[in-house]
Amino acid sequence: MRASHFAVPELSLRWVAVWQRNWLVWRRLAVPSILGNLADPLIMLFGLGYGLGAVLGEMGGTSYFAFLAAGFVASATMYAATFESLFSAFSRMHVQRTWEAIVNAPMTLDDVLAGECAWAATKALAAGACMLIIVAAFGYASPGLALAAVPVVLLIGVAFAAAGLAINALASGYDFFSYYMTLVLTPMLMLSGVFFPVEQLPSAVQAVAKALPLYHGVAVVRPLLRGELAQGLWLHLGVLAAYAIVAFYVALVLTRRRLLK
Amino acid sequence: MSVLAVQGLRKSYGAEEVVCGVDLDVAPGECFGLLGPNGAGKTTTLKLCLGLIEPDAGTIELLGEPVPRRAREARSRVGVVPQFDNLDPDFTATENLLVYARYFGLAPQRMRERVPRLLEFAGLAGRAEARINTLSGGMKRRLTLARALVNDPQLVIMDEPTTGLDPQARHLIWERLRRLVAEGKTLLLTTHFMEEAERLCHRIAIMDRGRIIAQGSPRSLIAKHIEPQVVEVHGPGYEAWMARAAAAAPRVERAGDTVFCYAADVEPVLKSLAGQSELAYLHRPANLEDVFLKLTGRDLRD
Repeated sequence: MRASHFAVPELSLRWVAVWQRNWLVWRRLAVPSILGNLADPLIMLFGLGYGLGAVLGEMGGTSYFAFLAAGFVASATMYAATFESLFSAFSRMHVQRTWEAIVNAPMTLDDVLAGECAWAATKALAAGACMLIIVAAFGYASPGLALAAVPVVLLIGVAFAAAGLAINALASGYDFFSYYMTLVLTPMLMLSGVFFPVEQLPSAVQAVAKALPLYHGVAVVRPLLRGELAQGLWLHLGVLAAYAIVAFYVALVLTRRRLLK
Repeated sequence: MSVLAVQGLRKSYGAEEVVCGVDLDVAPGECFGLLGPNGAGKTTTLKLCLGLIEPDAGTIELLGEPVPRRAREARSRVGVVPQFDNLDPDFTATENLLVYARYFGLAPQRMRERVPRLLEFAGLAGRAEARINTLSGGMKRRLTLARALVNDPQLVIMDEPTTGLDPQARHLIWERLRRLVAEGKTLLLTTHFMEEAERLCHRIAIMDRGRIIAQGSPRSLIAKHIEPQVVEVHGPGYEAWMARAAAAAPRVERAGDTVFCYAADVEPVLKSLAGQSELAYLHRPANLEDVFLKLTGRDLRD
């Protein structure tokens, strides 16, 4: 680690070119890609929502399907951002050496990371927004405030995109990502109130849950779909924003250490 | 004014100093070669000059801009051909150039007419819509060269531009590089092919273990550092012959199973070979490789 790795980000608007590069590749495969991102949460949602919902009845004051739908909007966003910032970004960074080519142009590595983070967040937004549309189409979202969930989905996307890029900077190969997926994301999915209210957890575990970014995403999205604003809305949004900023800075420092040598 | 002026450049990784006080001065319009064995510090030097890594000491001025402070501005007028192909496999040849131009802030509309000319320069006019994985190694290198020209750079920096290419592909690249020099561009390349350096470069710096150990035109380096004539001898019994040859030439060296005799006048060496029909020999003028091996030694570098 050198002092220069910790420097403040040196960004220019050129990061848009990195975003555009990924967009140009993706637009040809857009439909299968979105379906791929949605298939898993939709199968889970309809299976668990209708199946378990019939047994459980209500949860948290709504039907179990509506409860789960709100959780899956947030978790589908998390996974879409994560896949892009782990596997796809790793291909571009390590396998194809695309980032190395870009920094030979008048671009900084900071521009590259900003473009990649924005791109992964965009894909997450697409996945989250599609989930919102489907949930609304089945009548489980109030039309007005569900639109307000869109920027929240984007914020969740940025936070997990940045976190994924930090993990990417440490990866030795694709296998490395399964640690993050199974040891970090899967427990987070269980603890963040996606499947059941966090209040069901022992209080010590609740404290852990409330430190997780996905918990704060779910805590904002679920009331919005019901047509309400979350209690402590700004705190939740603030925690998500803090995760995004800190994770992006960590990703920047780690990626500089990895590539600028 | 120099295109690239470097003074006292130093860079260490841990306890190992990779670049140990390098001075370079590349003049406009010349082709400058940085020669050295593997691990000499050539690639690190290039990365330092591009502002991709921070030097521990020394100053760099690239196209009048201080580096790394204003590296971004400097790089906007430089083209780079990296050592490893990193063309974008998700795009066609044309798209590779258009997308790369965006990183320079050049809009696709402006590039539309330039791209066909760049592809023609690369000898890829017929492959405009080809995917990267359908191109041969030589084609990829030429496309990478075309990509380095999207911003019409004043200086093109190339890290081993012909490594891994077959002779035909290599000659084609050399021809294109000479064309760039004729157009007035400045070239800075690293290589460990002596023939490449001798044919292309106006001036050469030989680098070893992080230091520049000799600098000048290929001819002047040969004249300064080595005897003008060489006799290479190999075959059964060369060892016994070598003992006698020591008296016939001022400098006699052995590499593997070949004996190299360097001298201004090699008549005595040739005489001592008379009647030695089991020995094969080659009498030739000294070249840059002889200088290189004399200065950097014959040990294997890994």
